[in-house]
Amino acid sequence: MSPKTLYDKIWDAHVIQEAEDGTCLLYIDRHLVHEVTSPQAFEGLRLSGRKVRAPDRTIAVPDHNVPTTADRLEHVENEESRVQLDTLDENAAEFGIHYYPVSDIRQGIVHIVGPEQGWTLPGMTVVCGDSHTATHGAFGSLAHGIGTSEVEHVLATQTLIQQKSKNMKVEITGKLRPGVTAKDITLSVVGATGAAGGTGYVIEYCGEAIRDLSMEGRMTVCNMAIEGGARAGLIAPDEKTFEYVMGRPHAPKGAQWETALAWWKTLFTDDDAHFDKVLTLKGEDIAPVVTWGTSPEDVLPITGVVPAASDFEGGKVAAVQRALDYMGLKAGTPLSEVPVDTVFIGSCTNGRIEDLRAAAAILKGKKIKDGIRAMVVPGSGLVRAQAEEEGLADIFMDAGFEWRLAGCSMCLAMNPDQLAPGERCAATSNRNFEGRQGRDGRTHLMSPEMAAAAAITGRLTDVREMI
Amino acid sequence: MDKFQTITGVAVPMPLVNIDTDMIIPKQFLKTVKRSGLGANLFDEMRFDKDGNEVPDFVLNQPAYRNAEVIVAGDNFGCGSSREHAPWALLDFGVKCVISTGFADIFFNNCFQNGILPIVLPKEQVELLMKEAEKGENARITIDLEKQEVSTSDGTAINFEVDPFKRQCLLDGLDDIDLTLEKSTSIEKFEEQAAASRPWV
Ligand code: SF4
Repeated sequence: MSPKTLYDKIWDAHVIQEAEDGTCLLYIDRHLVHEVTSPQAFEGLRLSGRKVRAPDRTIAVPDHNVPTTADRLEHVENEESRVQLDTLDENAAEFGIHYYPVSDIRQGIVHIVGPEQGWTLPGMTVVCGDSHTATHGAFGSLAHGIGTSEVEHVLATQTLIQQKSKNMKVEITGKLRPGVTAKDITLSVVGATGAAGGTGYVIEYCGEAIRDLSMEGRMTVCNMAIEGGARAGLIAPDEKTFEYVMGRPHAPKGAQWETALAWWKTLFTDDDAHFDKVLTLKGEDIAPVVTWGTSPEDVLPITGVVPAASDFEGGKVAAVQRALDYMGLKAGTPLSEVPVDTVFIGSCTNGRIEDLRAAAAILKGKKIKDGIRAMVVPGSGLVRAQAEEEGLADIFMDAGFEWRLAGCSMCLAMNPDQLAPGERCAATSNRNFEGRQGRDGRTHLMSPEMAAAAAITGRLTDVREMI
Repeated sequence: MDKFQTITGVAVPMPLVNIDTDMIIPKQFLKTVKRSGLGANLFDEMRFDKDGNEVPDFVLNQPAYRNAEVIVAGDNFGCGSSREHAPWALLDFGVKCVISTGFADIFFNNCFQNGILPIVLPKEQVELLMKEAEKGENARITIDLEKQEVSTSDGTAINFEVDPFKRQCLLDGLDDIDLTLEKSTSIEKFEEQAAASRPWV
């Protein structure tokens, strides 16, 4: 048998049928659903008189629109948001799928809830009408975003019509230096490949620096595979994965655990398996980075300066000029002199407990700069509860942060948490597109540690000066 | 889904690289529970100022391009989120074809699901069509999916590749779900086997 990559193995285990032209019908093990990309899909089912084929494999949670303030159960101010949230409530009940409503402590961002509840397991196919589904690849599962028509297709058939992607290996060798995190790895990879460098590929992240990451760090890395254009990002499961999964509510138990474990241990890339593209970065070379532009590929070490449009070539010249104008930045300005007025810690990239611990460690005993608006939005109700138990919430609040309820919040600003025009935010989320956090708002992406540091100084800051 | 018919229409040049889904349809318009009516907000934050007035410089506000049916775009069009609202907005505006050197994966699939044809061409050919599109109303281009050919008003013809299965679905206006449901027996068989080999799933 020819050697296979991890992606090949998971793919092969899920192909139901393959046509001559390579089009495959792929079985889907887990389907995650949220309120924004699903209403039209459920409506489609209703109109054609179809049911959800596998309600037991379908898990829904509201996250994008939910307010993150304490009064959210009493009222949702925005009428359209309320309709969308109510619609998910009704669809979940009508079609009999698993559901974590806003009132449930387990509610949170769909990509945080899935792993937390043990829905995401190694070797699975996982889809969701959301591009950051790649997060679940950290478990060695094939996970990717789909559009609403495909959501309807999966609801109705539990399958997807797919062409296989190519294999790409991203290896991070050696050790990370102090102050450098999973977020810096994943941003640096996007910087190296470009926003389209991964298009047509599934990325397997490997190497010592990836092995050394915790499961939560691995989720941060895989989360942003899509920012490099890849269909999915994967990391082979290992002891850390199994330990993380064990005992979760929907993880296998007893004899089934043993059977599962035996198969999971076969989920690695064989020696000599073929990769169509390879990128290697040295862990030692990765610095704490920030984005300066409006594409996640616009990444530089915090020690760098704002580039000029003339530093680029082709279509990127105009895009960079537009980005600099939008961001209100002048070429040659040291990044560490760029002031911020808002700090957002949260999102499916960095809204887990370890992210909050890391930010709190920088903030402990300190105050944020006067005039800064800073908020922490935990990724789930359970993350929030744990952070309160560990005293992290107090550290954040003492420092001057707002301590919010779980949701996507200012990652995409569909709820009231938004930037005003011209406001500049140090954000731990994953996208710095124009208008992403509010019309004419300006976003700099970075790690939770770096965001905490920026909150203290009121400018983009090298966190290494504080540790 | 409507059958994809040959188009002859105005192509609009949008040479910016990495045009993302947040530009195509900003998130405040994702709160709808319907598919229709999004064309009014296509490229909203580029097309309109804060007070809702048209930005005269923006290409879709120029008289020549108000009825564009084709977009010739810079690299990596449609990157970002999975929101199908992006193709819904394009279609509702009247755009049925986008031409670029490359597309983001999810957006690319979403187009086919809605009867929009995304065409990938090499850089030189996209540049040629971009120049053509800059001529405005005077330069209509024709997209013939049957022949897999883009042709300009001066008769230049360019062939393109398209996945045969996706091409057929567009031409016939086929619904994927119906096609897949015809394979129910295979799906059931797969589920039975999986229940035995991976019972924990
Ligand atoms: S946190 Fe942001 S990126 Fe993640 S699912 Fe929510 S909106 Fe999308």
